Amino acid sequence: MKRGLMLWSATLVTYAFLYVPLAVVVLFSFNDSELNASWVGFTTRWYAKLLGDETMLQAAANSLFIALVSSLIATLLGTMAGIAMHRWRPPLLPFLVLTPVAMPEILLGVSLLLFFRQVLDLTLGLFSILLAHITFSIGFVAIIVRARLAGMDESIFEAARDLGATPWKTFVRITFPLIVPGVVAGYLMAFTLSIDDFVITFFVAGVGMSTLPLQIYSMIKVAVTPEVNAVSTLLMALTLTLIAIASRVALTTLKRGT
Amino acid sequence: MALLELRHITRRFGDLEAVKDVTLSVEAGEFFTLLGPSGCGKTTILRMIAGFDEPDEGELFLDGQPLAGIPPEKRPVHTVFQSYALFPHLTVAGNIAFPLEMAGRTRDEIRRRVGETLALVHLEEKSAAFPHELSGGQKQRVALARGLVNKPRLLLLDEPLGALDAKLRERMQIELIALQREVGVTFVFVTHAQQEALALSHRIAVMNAGRVEQADVPEALYSSPKSRFVADFIGTINLIEADVVESNRHGLLLRAAGIGDIAAPAHPGIAAGRHGALAIRPEHLRVSPHSESAGLKNHFLGTVSEYLFRGDVTIYTIRLDNGLSLEALTTNAAPGRARFHEIGDRVRVEWRHDAGVYLAD
Repeated sequence: MKRGLMLWSATLVTYAFLYVPLAVVVLFSFNDSELNASWVGFTTRWYAKLLGDETMLQAAANSLFIALVSSLIATLLGTMAGIAMHRWRPPLLPFLVLTPVAMPEILLGVSLLLFFRQVLDLTLGLFSILLAHITFSIGFVAIIVRARLAGMDESIFEAARDLGATPWKTFVRITFPLIVPGVVAGYLMAFTLSIDDFVITFFVAGVGMSTLPLQIYSMIKVAVTPEVNAVSTLLMALTLTLIAIASRVALTTLKRGT
Repeated sequence: MALLELRHITRRFGDLEAVKDVTLSVEAGEFFTLLGPSGCGKTTILRMIAGFDEPDEGELFLDGQPLAGIPPEKRPVHTVFQSYALFPHLTVAGNIAFPLEMAGRTRDEIRRRVGETLALVHLEEKSAAFPHELSGGQKQRVALARGLVNKPRLLLLDEPLGALDAKLRERMQIELIALQREVGVTFVFVTHAQQEALALSHRIAVMNAGRVEQADVPEALYSSPKSRFVADFIGTINLIEADVVESNRHGLLLRAAGIGDIAAPAHPGIAAGRHGALAIRPEHLRVSPHSESAGLKNHFLGTVSEYLFRGDVTIYTIRLDNGLSLEALTTNAAPGRARFHEIGDRVRVEWRHDAGVYLAD
């Protein structure tokens, strides 16, 4: 009984540590006061203000566009890399694909900036952010897809060939349906990584280009206003929804035992 | 003309010669088995027939046509894999329909053939189930149905009964024989279980270290093995080292160190002075109390050192006075008595002059 109590309190403290700050942000986004100090009353005016804020809306639109497009391309390339790593076990590919995952973001940001400016002579903006996000997302997708393939009986793919399927038909009818959960999980991962990336985006955004995290950062340089709370709450809601979908996909896959 | 022909096939993996100069032919309608211990090259041969591997030397022919360079999907050869390799995301019906879909059959034909094949393996009620909902024996049947549904010229089976428990295995053996007879498809079966091979096959090729030691009908492999390996691998056998003293058309006279002279069946081509071993099956040995004799040509005294009572038969290990141990199998056919000798009993071991095979080195 006593031990149960201790366990419960430890659990409670840990979860409180994790989630109270988030709850405070959500709570104060509905607070009818300019200051994040004490609770005054309920309001939705910060959300209304947010919706009237042109720069904020533009930043949100940029973020969504970058996240959608970069995760799509990263999923395509990452899936191919994951399959290639599993099938042919090339010695260099895992290293090349996975390095951006392990590399400190600040390093990746600086090197991408130098590469875009000095080597490619690219004008920084939407396109350079897209390239950067694709770069750091590919590795995550590749890892997930490869892990999915690694758990499978190799003879399934041989059986498909043996029973009359060409390599392409084998991919369409057997390989792809079996790795779909991995591909979807990889896509959602890439999307969440892209939409809340700050460090790398900060380096490669250039002048006049803003994403949601950059916009929030520039706002809190002045003060943490309730408007920041409101936009953070929305971002949190989006991310949580995606995580819920991803775990749902993983669960249904587990249940089907495939 | 043989349906499948392998001519001087050699396959190397690095320094290892997995298959060495193998020549075999399989007739249409045959149940042909490649038998051997693991690593003897039997699975490599199967993979070359299926098209997953190509020989370094030699050629394969199916219906007289060379198979070189033809990918697996273009060969009229299907495989039942050891792990069954059922597609986990497709139902039983979906799995069985797969080869028909790949062959571009019409929807009506696919439905009809899937139904027929499900009936053939008694799985009609499992048509909508997914592989993970099936038992081992049911998976086995789906894999067989999937391999047979598009009527291949040849069905390859890679240790398909290996994962089943002993009872189920025996039942599947009987079903497999019936199934092969019913569909008339040529089977090439790979196994390391000699009893399974003897029970199922029309012909068996016994393999060892990449070579075919002997290819023959089961009865011939059992009664006249041509090498020590085959003699030892198929069933149980006693090997008595002995030199040839005399050889004529009536028989061989052998001399074994510490035992004495042994009369053995004639063996043309073996001259006096050769060394080798007499291979004799446990069921050819007679065991009687030392004071009695059945009057057979070869008889030696020994002591019972071990016995295995199996109900219908008892297997005695008998130590001869020169130290050699022999296994003798006696049937317990006499009513009222189930066993005759105890450990430590002095007994006489006897066998006929025409029993056994002499294997010269």
